[in-house]
Amino acid sequence: MNTSSVQIKEPVSLAVPTEDPNHLALPAEAAGAAGAADVRMRVGKLLAVPVTSALALAVHGWVSRNEPSVDPRFYTIFLGGTFAIGLLAALGQVTWPGLRRWMNHMCPILAGALGLLILWEVITSGFRWLPLPYFPSPAGVLQSMVTDRNLLVESTANSLLLLLSGYLLGVAVALVTGICIGWYPLARYWGMPLLKVIGPIPATAWVPLAMVLSPSGRFSAIGLVALAVWFPVSMLTISGVANTRASYLDVARTLGANQKYLILHVAIPAAMPNIFIGLFMGLGTSFLTLIVAETVGVKSGLGWYVGWAQGWAEYGKVYGALVIMAAFFSTIMTGLFKIRDRVLVWQKGTIKW
Amino acid sequence: MVAAAAPSARALNEGSDLRIVEVSKHFPTPDNPQGRTHALDRVSLSVGAAELVSLIGPSGCGKSTLLRLIAGLNVPDAGELWVGSQPITAPSAERGLVFQDPNLFPWLTVRRNIEAGLMARGVLDEKRDEVQDFMRLVGLESFARAYPHHLSGGMAQRVALARALINHPKVLLLDEPLGALDAFTRMRMQDEVLTLWEARGTTMLLVTHDIDEAIYMSARIVIMTPRPGRIEQIIEVGLPRPRQRNSPEFLRLRGNILEMLHFTGRPLSAEGGGRRAE
Repeated sequence: MNTSSVQIKEPVSLAVPTEDPNHLALPAEAAGAAGAADVRMRVGKLLAVPVTSALALAVHGWVSRNEPSVDPRFYTIFLGGTFAIGLLAALGQVTWPGLRRWMNHMCPILAGALGLLILWEVITSGFRWLPLPYFPSPAGVLQSMVTDRNLLVESTANSLLLLLSGYLLGVAVALVTGICIGWYPLARYWGMPLLKVIGPIPATAWVPLAMVLSPSGRFSAIGLVALAVWFPVSMLTISGVANTRASYLDVARTLGANQKYLILHVAIPAAMPNIFIGLFMGLGTSFLTLIVAETVGVKSGLGWYVGWAQGWAEYGKVYGALVIMAAFFSTIMTGLFKIRDRVLVWQKGTIKW
Repeated sequence: MVAAAAPSARALNEGSDLRIVEVSKHFPTPDNPQGRTHALDRVSLSVGAAELVSLIGPSGCGKSTLLRLIAGLNVPDAGELWVGSQPITAPSAERGLVFQDPNLFPWLTVRRNIEAGLMARGVLDEKRDEVQDFMRLVGLESFARAYPHHLSGGMAQRVALARALINHPKVLLLDEPLGALDAFTRMRMQDEVLTLWEARGTTMLLVTHDIDEAIYMSARIVIMTPRPGRIEQIIEVGLPRPRQRNSPEFLRLRGNILEMLHFTGRPLSAEGGGRRAE
């Protein structure tokens, strides 16, 4: 049994320190590797991005020979850019340890992303396995994004405005609702049934009503996003505030705390971990609601842009908008994680999620 | 009202006397809404200013209930509680409470935890200088910016003591504050609490399960019995300080108390030595 486990281990540790980027998906095993292998491993990682970029350029050149109709310029520039940046970063990390650490962590995943682009291009323009108007190549998508950049930027800005105002409004109302219901029994008696009845209705189901009620589509979209955020944030604020450990409140009382101090300095901080779970859930539903609200009501924003581009059968633009949405939403999510890390710094080392 | 055993040299005299007059308290029984648990039955006790009194007894004898009543966190069904000439009606910063679990606010650093009392009373700005003194008093200056989950049990309990003491309470209520610590840390902390007590002259009421701790620390030991919670006996310790944990007088007193609590030896029959309470 012992010998067999050793035999299994051997080939794995030998396979890792190659410079072939295809093997970089196994960084975990490299942790225990010896010094020399470690250095080679690092070289492989550092060059992963330029190597994959070069590979992607080669594939693109081969593919676009069959496909002269797509202007290849932007995609070529993009891949050339990743190649150059990757190479520069590989050189720059020699003098910049922070960059080295970041690259050590990020290079495999970035190279993996470039690898997916290669795969995408091979499947679409290379072998034409997918019907064309619906599935353009990465070059085609980039082409559409660049040519339509003004409208895309405007749509993104509009979406951002709607999302942020709706989200912040929803959170503000939810915190007030949650704290009141969580703290005051009377507010709980009257508020909880209301929340339980109205809250679970998906915010998007209110679209018809919102369109009747509000003077502008923009206003109704903000309202719908706020409604979508309100329910999860209220619910979790309530549970957080109501479940404040009684002994914290007892201690605070014997320290001379009044009601205001108990709410602001004991119940709310104690509820913060829960509130953040609500904020993350609310962010998820707010993305969904935003896109739906934009599709049906507002005549601007990324959700509207997707529908509009689809109407013109410009699928390159549809995918372009999806790419932007992905970047946009994940950036906001990352921002919320950063805020969470700052606010809940006291939990560091005790809770992982 | 000042009782015996006040140490000679005191820097401060912050303590105030405490009177508990015929106090009763019932709780609804959890499994039967009609039933009532008699937590305290006409309990009377006077504690002198700057006296350190221990409460011992099996679980359910109402020690913690009595402490919560003195803290003002619960209201008695009958009877009165007085600190000096003031009746106790609500929690107040002049009656500090320290639990077995330090109950530090996990979202605040050590320093901010200690400041909490000043902040709660809205006097942080004028008394900010004192925070440093209290951190030094409990030997935690180098942990000012640490969060509670980084602290050991003993350190966390020191922060809890400092947090309670910074309000200069007249009475400090200690609900098994050292119960969760290991034996060595506990003995060291007993000395630290005694040092604080001698320096400040705070009246202290200590609930404990540890007979040695009660003898080592207190001027008087109040023995309580459960169902209904009553004071069975009050013992004057009367040993000179600092006390020797293994002196014959200490051990004799310990034997007496064990006998009173019916723990003199393992009973041969089931009826023998009373029930052992956890």
